[in-house]
Amino acid sequence: MTEDKNKDFSQLKDTDPIISYEQEESAELTELNSTWDNIVNTFRHNHLALIGVVIIILIILAAVLAPVISAYDPYVQDLENKLAKPSAAHLLGTDAFGRDMLTRLFYGARNSLVIGLIPSIIAIVIGTVMGLMAGYLGKTADFIIMRIADICLSFPSLLLAMVIMYTLGASLLNLFIALSIINWGMTARTVRAETLQLREKEFVEAARSCGVKRSTIMFRHILPNCIPSLIVIFTLDIPSAIMEEASLSFLGVGAQPPEASWGLMVSENKDQLTRAPWVALIPGFAIMLLVLAFNFVGDGMRDALDPTLKE
Amino acid sequence: MEQHTDLLEIRGLKTHFFTKQGEVPAVDGVDIAIPQKSIVGLVGESGCGKSVTAMSIMHLVQHPGRIVAGQVLFNGDDLAVKSIREMNKIRGKDISMIFQEPMTSLNPVYTIGRQVSEAILLHQNVSKAEAKERTIEIFRKVGIPEPEKRYSSYPHQLSGGLRQRVMIGMAMVCNPQLMIADEPTTALDVTIEAQILHLMRQLQSEQGTSILMITHNLGVVAELCDEVYVMYAGKVMEHADVNELFAHPQHPYTFGLLNSIPDTSGTKSRLYTIRGMVPNLLKLPKGCRFCPRCEKAMKICTMQEPELQDLGNGHQARCFLFDKEVMGK
Repeated sequence: MTEDKNKDFSQLKDTDPIISYEQEESAELTELNSTWDNIVNTFRHNHLALIGVVIIILIILAAVLAPVISAYDPYVQDLENKLAKPSAAHLLGTDAFGRDMLTRLFYGARNSLVIGLIPSIIAIVIGTVMGLMAGYLGKTADFIIMRIADICLSFPSLLLAMVIMYTLGASLLNLFIALSIINWGMTARTVRAETLQLREKEFVEAARSCGVKRSTIMFRHILPNCIPSLIVIFTLDIPSAIMEEASLSFLGVGAQPPEASWGLMVSENKDQLTRAPWVALIPGFAIMLLVLAFNFVGDGMRDALDPTLKE
Repeated sequence: MEQHTDLLEIRGLKTHFFTKQGEVPAVDGVDIAIPQKSIVGLVGESGCGKSVTAMSIMHLVQHPGRIVAGQVLFNGDDLAVKSIREMNKIRGKDISMIFQEPMTSLNPVYTIGRQVSEAILLHQNVSKAEAKERTIEIFRKVGIPEPEKRYSSYPHQLSGGLRQRVMIGMAMVCNPQLMIADEPTTALDVTIEAQILHLMRQLQSEQGTSILMITHNLGVVAELCDEVYVMYAGKVMEHADVNELFAHPQHPYTFGLLNSIPDTSGTKSRLYTIRGMVPNLLKLPKGCRFCPRCEKAMKICTMQEPELQDLGNGHQARCFLFDKEVMGK
C-alpha cells in the first residue's frame, strides 16, 4: 500500500497539481483480508512462529501415533539393557528400568499435552468470564470475584493442588480441577485490568449509547479486544501447567508410575544425571521444546490478531 | 393538559459526582429545551458540564456520578426515571450520540459495516442481508466512497474524517428523533470539519432530526445552530437565538468568549482572554460563579446567585446587570 502511495506522489509532478478528494480517500483503502488470511500471512513471514507450529504438530502426531511408530512397549522393563547409550536399537537410549526412552517420550507426550492444554483451557475460560464480570459489573461483583481470586493466588499453588489431590484422590480429572483452580486467578486479574481500561474507551460508550445490553458489551465488545493478551496468557499457562504436573507427579499425586509423562520422566530419572545424563535431560529438553514452540506460536498469533498491526 | 411542543425538555437537571473529596455539582440545575427539527448548540469551556449534560440525557452517567434532581422530558416522557432496560430501547433508536474522538469510538476488532449493521439489527426487525443493504445505503448517504468495499474495512484503515462519517451514519441509521453530537469535529482538521458540519446540516434537513450540538467552538455554533445555550461551571449563563447571541451578547461571560476568538483581519493586537480560571466545582464562590472572573462584577455578585433574567425575544441571561430590581436601586 505504501508503495502505491509513493507511486502516486512521484507521478504528481508540476503538470498535475491537484489530487481530488475521492482519489485521496480511496488511496487509503488497503486490501481487505479475512482474519484467517491475516494469520496465514503473519506466520509466513514469522519464521519462529512457523517453526513453533511445526514442532507442535510433530509432537501431536507423535502422541497420537505413539502405538504405531514406537518399536517397544513403554511399560515393559528390560533390566539387562538399563541405562543403555543411544544406539540404533534404542535411538535415545533406555532408562533405569531398561525401557526405551523414545517410546516413553511418545507416550509421555500424550499425558503432557492433555495436561498442558485442558486445564489451561478451563482456567482461561473461567478466568476470562470472572475477569470480565469483575471489571464491568461494578464494585460488589469486583470485590467478591477478586477476593476469591486473591485467595486462590495467595495459597502456595503446589500446596493447594496437593490438598485438592489428596482430598479428591489422584486421578486425571482431579488433576484438571486442581490445575484449573491454581491458574484461573491470573487470567481473571489480567482480564479485569484490561476490562477496566476498555470500559472507559469511547467505543464502549458508543455501544452503550446505541442501547447495547451489558452482557453483549462484555462478550462482544470488550472480550475480543482482550484476545491478544489472552493468547499470551494461554501460551504461558500451558508450560506452567506442564511444569506443575511434573511437580505433582514428583510428589506422587500427579500421573502415577508406570504411566509416562514428561514431567514424571524428569523426576524419575533425575538420579541418573551423573551416570547417564541423557536419560534425565531428554525429557527436560522435550518439555523445553514444547514450551518454546507454544511461546513462538503465541507471539505469532498475537501479532496476527492485533488489528492495528495489520498491513 | 400541558402541551409538549419541544422534543426534549430538560428541567432543573442536577448531576453530581460523589468523589472522595466531596460532592461535585458537575451539572447544577440546567434547563434546556430542544424544539422539533432544530439544531441547538451547547457551548462552554472544558469541564463546564456540557458532556455530563449529554450523558445525563442518555442516562449514561457512570459511578460515582448520579442524576440527583430534575427531569429529562423526551416527548413528554421523563427519561431520568427510566430503568436501564427501558433506556436501551431508546438509546440508538430515538436518541443517538456521536462522540469526539472518531479514532476510538469505533471498536477496532470489528469491520465498520458489521458495527453499523449491528446497530440496525439491535433496534429493527430486519434480516442480516437487509441490514447490510441499509448499511451500504447509509454509507453512501454520509459520503463514504465505495461503500460496498468499505463495508468490510476495519476502523484503522480509515481516516479520521471517514470514521466520523461512519459514526454519523451509525447514529442516523435508525432515524432517531434526536442526535447528540459531543464535539464531533474537535479532533478533525478544518477542511474535514466543514465537510462534516455540512453533512450534519444536510441530514438534519432531510430527515428532520433535532441535533444537540455540544462544542467549545463558537464558529461551529454560528455555522450550524439555530439556538445556543452558554454553560459555565454547571449552569446555563445565557440562552438566545444564534443570530441574536452573536449580534448582542449580553452576559459578560458570553461577551468574553466571543472576544477571545482570534481575529485574522490583520490588526495584531493582543488576543483578549477571560482572566482567571474555571472555578473548582468543589469550592464554588458564594455568589455568582462567574463573579471572580467578571469585569463587571458588582458587590451583589459576591453575595447572591443571580437568576436567569428574561430579556425578551427569547433571550435569557443569568446576570444581575439585567435584574431590574437590583439595577433600579
